[in-house]
Amino acid sequence: MEFDFSADQKQLKDQARRFLEAKSSPKAVRAILEGPELYDGALWQGLAEMGFMGTAIPEEYGGLGASYLELCVIAEELGRAVAPVPFASSIFLAAEFLLAAGSEAQKQAYLPKLASGETVGCFALAEGVGAATPKHIQAKVAGGKLSGTKLPVLDGDVADFAIVAAKTGAGNDARSISLFIVDLKGAGVLRETVETIDPTRSQAKISFSGADAELLGVEGEGWSIIERVLDRAAVLTAFEQLGGADRALEMARDYALDRMAFGRPIGSFQAVKHMLADMYVSATLARSNCYYGAWALSTGSSELPEAAATARVSATQAYQHCAKNNIQVHGGMGFTWQFDCHLYYRRSNLLALSLGSLSTWEDKLIERLRAKNAA
Amino acid sequence: MNFDDTPQEAAFRQEVRSWIAANAPKQYEAGLKTSGFGHTALEGVDIIKVSKEWQQKKFDAGWACLHWPKEYGGRGASPIERVIWQQEEGVYAALSSLFIIGHGMCGPTMMAYASEEHKRNYLPPLAAGEHIWCQLFSEPAGGSDLAGLRTKAERDGDGWVVNGQKIWTSGAQHSDYGILITRTDPTVPKHKGLTMFFLDMKSPGIEIRPIKQVNGQSGFNEVYFTDVRIPDSQRLGKVGDGWNVSLTTLMNERLSIGSGMPTGFPELLDFCCSLETDNGAAIDNPAVRSKLATFAVRTSGLKYTAFRSISALSKGEVPGPENSIGKLVAGSAMQEIAMMALDLQAEAGALLSPGQAAASARFQAMLLRSPATRVEGGTDEILRNIIAERVLGLPADIRVDKAVPFNQIPTSGR
Ligand SMILES: Cc1cc2nc3c(=O)[nH]c(=O)nc-3n(C[C@H](O)[C@H](O)[C@H](O)COP(=O)(O)OP(=O)(O)OC[C@H]3O[C@@H](n4cnc5c(N)ncnc54)[C@H](O)[C@@H]3O)c2cc1C
Repeated sequence: MEFDFSADQKQLKDQARRFLEAKSSPKAVRAILEGPELYDGALWQGLAEMGFMGTAIPEEYGGLGASYLELCVIAEELGRAVAPVPFASSIFLAAEFLLAAGSEAQKQAYLPKLASGETVGCFALAEGVGAATPKHIQAKVAGGKLSGTKLPVLDGDVADFAIVAAKTGAGNDARSISLFIVDLKGAGVLRETVETIDPTRSQAKISFSGADAELLGVEGEGWSIIERVLDRAAVLTAFEQLGGADRALEMARDYALDRMAFGRPIGSFQAVKHMLADMYVSATLARSNCYYGAWALSTGSSELPEAAATARVSATQAYQHCAKNNIQVHGGMGFTWQFDCHLYYRRSNLLALSLGSLSTWEDKLIERLRAKNAA
Repeated sequence: MNFDDTPQEAAFRQEVRSWIAANAPKQYEAGLKTSGFGHTALEGVDIIKVSKEWQQKKFDAGWACLHWPKEYGGRGASPIERVIWQQEEGVYAALSSLFIIGHGMCGPTMMAYASEEHKRNYLPPLAAGEHIWCQLFSEPAGGSDLAGLRTKAERDGDGWVVNGQKIWTSGAQHSDYGILITRTDPTVPKHKGLTMFFLDMKSPGIEIRPIKQVNGQSGFNEVYFTDVRIPDSQRLGKVGDGWNVSLTTLMNERLSIGSGMPTGFPELLDFCCSLETDNGAAIDNPAVRSKLATFAVRTSGLKYTAFRSISALSKGEVPGPENSIGKLVAGSAMQEIAMMALDLQAEAGALLSPGQAAASARFQAMLLRSPATRVEGGTDEILRNIIAERVLGLPADIRVDKAVPFNQIPTSGR
């Protein structure tokens, strides 16, 4: 049994960590938090030069054609560094949609540019408050023209194009939904940046009024494509969450060793020790579950739906748990803008919602386990 | 990343599988599967006799304590081969519960500290299940704070005389031998005055009183010592070095990996799928689903954590600290799972008879046994301390009694 990353993959991970420590320092993340830029362009450029965006994109489409395991270790490091870039939108989502459902011409047109970082893609699904189910989606495409409003769209104000879920059929069921590629710089598209809990990852409201929409995949099969791609993205995002959880735990541990109260390090108080031990437990469970997801994703296993939901639920719980207790361990300092704890608190809560909320994934997990149990 | 065996591992697994298929006591398979948590029992069968027979059969074929050296009754198997055996033994592993303490803790301690002659005499019958061993560590005044123990051993010629009391000794009533930690010098600080022995449980002066547990069984006992004599040759380690010897024992307790501790989740999932409510199957209820999902990821997290450790063993490496979460996670998961299952059964959740209660009263058995998992072999709180200190590097708790001679430590009892 080799239920672990290979030596080469671990080396890639070290390389990504060193690169991101230099280029996505807390100072760089804060520049996006506090400044007018929507994302860190220099970091994006650097990631492109490292070849990270093209990791799992096949060579014939301009990528490196490495395995998803390589992409998982990069995801973990991006999460650890709370990198303020549209990597997930462009690579975990847009590229995966194209790989899953794109025509040869669409793949040729978009994938090489996604792999080089020249083009940024995103996925537009949600339409306001509530889970984005087929019933909930109102955006419509008729005669190749899209109308409707998507809110919020992660990186919607940064991306060049979006994969948009819209109604093409009558009724409210999954078969009424199709996917479209929409140029966000074209006519009939109005974008505005919205305020969110995590400004280090920009989000937008996008209003479409008769924008040109190019069908992606078969009409009426949009929802099943979404489900498949979300499973893949869930594993990758879970690694991002895992990286963040581990870093939040480390920050809390370091502070607990350093900060003195009542004449001793606060890390010698059992209430603090046990809080940290519990953070370690949830991060360890999440890591093991993420490895399961990585195995399923990289081997094309039929267990992917179960593994993805397992990794996603576990990593979401761990990141939220570690990030909130990191603030607790820091006391008043943890609540200051000046300390970095809130970068992790914000990101953990943002990632808990993107791709569908925790309760949505809990629901998927149990549905899938039940189906397996019945089989 | 894969779950595959290496060619050697696959060959070994095949060998194990064929031997088990040809030799396991299949007549008990179904009974073992539904046997209560924490209490292996088979209808109308003497479980001790059956356990001993299976153990002897394994021993004769070289499958008992297979990671022990051959000369002590094992087959010199590698750690990964041991794991493969455990995975393949499956449901029959329940027949080993009688020997867990002997094989998992007493044996390794003997291996590390007993004389060559004693090892050759005592270890093979321990491996064969001919002899049952127990671990006489905890006392009324020494549980988590094991070094607070008071049972004293005093020199007398070429032997020792023991007086005092042990408590919570699992299996003492069935045991032939035990390892015993005693205080040999009360005038030095508590960790320094301890000495370890092994002894014959049939020695004159030993009195064993079973203790009735929450779940009605009596797995553990009080053991009283009145002028019990032990030859000095049965001392394990140096006089005054008992604390370090006990660490060897406890380390082994925490080293066993298996394939993730059971939490009861598969049973709960099954139950929720089959239980009909006014609004369909229980599993259709969103509140039920959300709780189930949390149990599911804790359970799979344990399984894949074990797989990570096994992967390290497979490469001949020492597993990382990840395995230290096992009992801490499994104990409370099982307890919460039992409570949820009873809640779904509503008033009838209180029923305990397997004939009347849902799922053959499996969850009631879990409810009544799971508190012990959170205490035995290190409480949840002690395990959190261990993770905080040894894994995360946080400071040890402040101890007011560490440097004080044992007989000057204030106690409520003196
Ligand atoms: C089913 C079962 C089988 C057992 N079998 C054996 C056996 O075969 N041989 C044997 O020697 N022992 C055995 N034990 C004993 C077991 O090891 C002890 O019960 C355990 O170590 C706890 O000790 P205690 O019972 O004295 O509880 P205490 O140590 O009194 O603990 C009481 C409470 O205080 C907490 N506490 C204590 N110290 C600290 C601390 N430093 N920080 C934070 N919290 C603390 C504990 O976590 C617990 O919640 C068994 C116990 C059980 C339940």
